[in-house]
Amino acid sequence: MNVTVWVPGDAGALALGAQATAQALVAGARAAGTEVRLRRNGSRGLYWLEPLIEVETPAGRVAYGPVRASDVPALLASGLLDGRAHPLRLGDIEQHPWLATQQRLTFARVGRIDPLDLAAFRAAGGYRGLARALELGPEATVNEVLESGLRGRGGAAFPTGIKWQTVLRQPPGRKYITCNADEGDSGTYSDRMLMEGDPFTLIEGMTIAGVAVGATRGYIYLRVEYPHAFRVLNAAIAKAREAGGLLGADVMGSGLAFDLEVRLGAGAYICGEETSMLESLEGRRGEVRVRPPLPAEKGLFGAPTIVNNVITLATVPTILANGATAYKDYGQARSRGTLPLQLAGNIRRGGLVERAFGLTVRELLEDYGGGSMSGRPIRAVQIGGPLGAYLPVSQFDTPLEYEALSAIGALLGHGGVVAFDDTVDMLEMARYAMEFCAIESCGKCTPCRIGSVRGAEALAAVGRGEDRDRQLALVEELCDTMLNASLCGLGGMTPFPVQSAMKHFAEDFRGRTRGG
Amino acid sequence: MNEQSILAIVERHRHRDGPLIEVLHEVQEQFGCIPAGAVAAIARGLNLSRAEVHGVVSFYHHFRTRPAGRHLLQVCRAESCQAAGGRAIEAHAKQRLGIDFGQTTADGRFTLEAVYCLGLCACSPAAMLDHEVHGRVTRESLDALVDAAAKAG
Ligand SMILES: Cc1cc2nc3c(=O)[nH]c(=O)nc-3n(C[C@H](O)[C@H](O)[C@H](O)COP(=O)(O)O)c2cc1C
Ligand code: SF4
Ligand code: FES
Repeated sequence: MNVTVWVPGDAGALALGAQATAQALVAGARAAGTEVRLRRNGSRGLYWLEPLIEVETPAGRVAYGPVRASDVPALLASGLLDGRAHPLRLGDIEQHPWLATQQRLTFARVGRIDPLDLAAFRAAGGYRGLARALELGPEATVNEVLESGLRGRGGAAFPTGIKWQTVLRQPPGRKYITCNADEGDSGTYSDRMLMEGDPFTLIEGMTIAGVAVGATRGYIYLRVEYPHAFRVLNAAIAKAREAGGLLGADVMGSGLAFDLEVRLGAGAYICGEETSMLESLEGRRGEVRVRPPLPAEKGLFGAPTIVNNVITLATVPTILANGATAYKDYGQARSRGTLPLQLAGNIRRGGLVERAFGLTVRELLEDYGGGSMSGRPIRAVQIGGPLGAYLPVSQFDTPLEYEALSAIGALLGHGGVVAFDDTVDMLEMARYAMEFCAIESCGKCTPCRIGSVRGAEALAAVGRGEDRDRQLALVEELCDTMLNASLCGLGGMTPFPVQSAMKHFAEDFRGRTRGG
Repeated sequence: MNEQSILAIVERHRHRDGPLIEVLHEVQEQFGCIPAGAVAAIARGLNLSRAEVHGVVSFYHHFRTRPAGRHLLQVCRAESCQAAGGRAIEAHAKQRLGIDFGQTTADGRFTLEAVYCLGLCACSPAAMLDHEVHGRVTRESLDALVDAAAKAG
């Protein structure tokens, strides 16, 4: 007998023991006379159920999870390989409410296919977007992206079509497509999941960008903390090259050239800032550049350059394949399409939720997250990474949408939502925000480099109860300077978590006892 | 380290655009760090000043000028992990190994490093030991990892 079982190769699933589960499965089945044909997929994004394995049966894929290696013998004994009943049996995972209520456009294939199976990628709609872009030609392709309302998913939310238009309008010559895969924000992992789970989508998106603006070379700037994604991307690029003209001198018989390579970062958060990333790609210290000129005019090696986030680029294929209107129909106001939200921190059911913009913080935390992992009340969330504001419970009805968040002084960033229960010490979180800024500052401007160090010291003093009012006034003053006199968002936005913590959780700065 | 092997690495990357960081990655891969003597050779090979090469090495947290211990334990310090009890894990790792972040045990076995997000925030707290990822780390699971690594050498 021979049975196919899917076990995710995603780093998150591996971190929860997927490899040991896979080994136990193969060995246990073999001992009982069955060969398991192991297939690796990305994660479906239900990390609270990882390792989540799926058995192929005549009735379709049957999921079980979370399956630890120690669960495998009992599962096999109760007929796992025939998809039989067991307390860990989840059935068809796509019918699971956590997944069935999502609107997966960018993540349509992640977790369903073998990330390196090009035939499966095509069978599931891959490369239709590129085919259409080649039919449409540059202007119309850029217009399609413009029309879709897609805004950059890396944090700044700038309209992608406008950026592309700027690069298209530059005189022909050397141009670059760069993908920002630095994903440094705590609470975010959608880039990683996509690169590990469906790398061809990113390659297709970058290729579309290349043919749209006349660039023949692309770079993926990947953080060094993602060794799994590095391997998958390199393997996928090699396959796309081999597979006759998906990358290379003649993309899909169009006569147009496009090729790309992965470059590893080296552990610097600031290199996620686009101009710092370009410096790093050029092999230099990641010091932020003064703008203008914009990267779209003068970017990598001085040439016009598109810088887009992984999710932005990976969303382009579905937009091209199904049309701008289909994409734009999702979402609300000026936030069009879907956003892959990432639930993290102290949360019972953490994972990836891709939905049309507009879900409220509360819906995300309760309906998907199921409350805190600790069982204690959620007291705060930080949205948008280390530069994002902290929200108190009274703001949990805010929709997760660009303008609504900005109206309350918060930001969506890359879509990470980190939950904290009521044991959190918000003074300490504010101090940490300053410390993080000090550690990661590129050093170019004084308010960021020195202000953050002094801010962290002042907040530590507040924690010790020393000269509280004066120290807090100093922190306010430092925040003000950082906000107004920083060259980039690291210094310029670190005040967001600090000031929101001071405003909404003032009691923690006035000697509230921890855990109370 | 010998200069010949450094120059061989440089040679492999020279034709590429902006090769310095790629070279440094490979040198560190091969020698466990960027040895002091390598800087001059890299600078010569890539036609850069030593100050430029040194400036790049010192800018990036990932590049080290002394080799790490035989095992590298990286514990995430970022917000999501803090929210899930990561601070207790940081403290435990330090106490267990008897060193602070950035240090190596006297027997050269372990180096402890702080990292800021491993993209495993749905399974916080997270850590990486010798490039293997671990989620929902507890004091006990960390001990087990350290024990297993120590046994391996
Ligand atoms: C300090 C800092 C860090 C950033 N980190 C990232 C990052 O890790 N990934 C990312 O895509 N964008 C990051 N950004 C935003 C980029 O500068 C840029 O806006 C983005 O890559 C553009 O792509 P998009 O339009 O597709 O979002 C960061 C910005 C700042 C100020
Ligand atoms: S704000 Fe900080 S990180 Fe940004 S350019 Fe200035 S010193 Fe560098
Ligand atoms: S914050 Fe620790 S893994 Fe992301």
